[in-house]
Amino acid sequence: MPLLWAIRDVIGLTGTKYGCGVAQCGACVVHLNGEAVRSCVTKVSRAEGQKVVTIEGLSGNNDHPVQTAWQEIDVPQCGYCHSGQIMSAAVLLRENPNPSDEDIDAAMSGNICRCGTYLRIRKAIHLAAELQQKGKG
Amino acid sequence: MTEHSGNKTRYALPVSMVAVLGLMVSILTGMGSAPMDLRDATDSEARSESYKKDSIQSVKAFLEVYKVLMSPRCMNCHPAGDVPLQGEDSHLHAMSPQRGKDGKGVFAMKCSNCHQASNTPGLHTPPGHPDWHLPPADMKMVFEGRTPHQLAKQLMDPNQNGRKTKEQLLAHANDGLVLAAWNPGEGRSTPPMSHEAFSKAWNTWIKKGGFAPPAQ
Repeated sequence: MPLLWAIRDVIGLTGTKYGCGVAQCGACVVHLNGEAVRSCVTKVSRAEGQKVVTIEGLSGNNDHPVQTAWQEIDVPQCGYCHSGQIMSAAVLLRENPNPSDEDIDAAMSGNICRCGTYLRIRKAIHLAAELQQKGKG
Repeated sequence: MTEHSGNKTRYALPVSMVAVLGLMVSILTGMGSAPMDLRDATDSEARSESYKKDSIQSVKAFLEVYKVLMSPRCMNCHPAGDVPLQGEDSHLHAMSPQRGKDGKGVFAMKCSNCHQASNTPGLHTPPGHPDWHLPPADMKMVFEGRTPHQLAKQLMDPNQNGRKTKEQLLAHANDGLVLAAWNPGEGRSTPPMSHEAFSKAWNTWIKKGGFAPPAQ
């Protein structure tokens, strides 16, 4: 069983989305031991006994710097891809607290947005980096 | 005299008997050991023969090896740039994942985020291996665009081959990620010969001296 099935259908956490089912779009990204894995192709056995964080658990009050920036910039249009976008951006900012546009592109190129909100995503990640550096979220 | 003769006779008999017995012993023991000795000698000769440098056989074997190394299953992860290749036509990998310092990707785009420990079922889904990666940034081990001459030179040079010794190179033919080329997942071709044939050519090339085909 894919991890995504366990998260959505067994546990009932539906913030993580099903997009393509073949690791091509990024809508299903969750953190497995801190890495932005695609839960649609990750067997649940790989996650057994490991730490899994979904969009619901990224912060206590939806106040992770990335989430705050996303709200501030009003990034989503339809919103379907954005839990995956946010989970990927959170890994980027953990590993690179001050990313350039090029770093953002390298980190986010696997997350597709059918509404084309890429410019706002990039802007929000820069803002999130500032918020993170100021200790705000 | 008689005594002497008798002594000689007595002396001569045991010598003959010893000689006969010795011959019998050698025949009897030889029945068990001679074939083994012969086999050892043959193996030993074969081993020294297989390690004997031979530029013609070595180059001939490398040209077979080259066909495999330039197949999409090998070359796609040995690109000239920092983005892996993909598909039978070796196009740039969708999503442009980057090599990264250790060859395992960057940030949210690490190889193992999509490539699982084994092939994901289904057509054109991510192939898998527990250690999926490109060569690291400090030694890219590029196959793409290399001529047979260039690639053979590169593979035999420890400063360009991942610091592998001759023995490590020989063992590399059975590396798990190399073997994965013959289990590529649905919709992908395998290299143009069996792993057994590749391994034989690889060993011949190296053991015969690791010679490079002439520069073109």
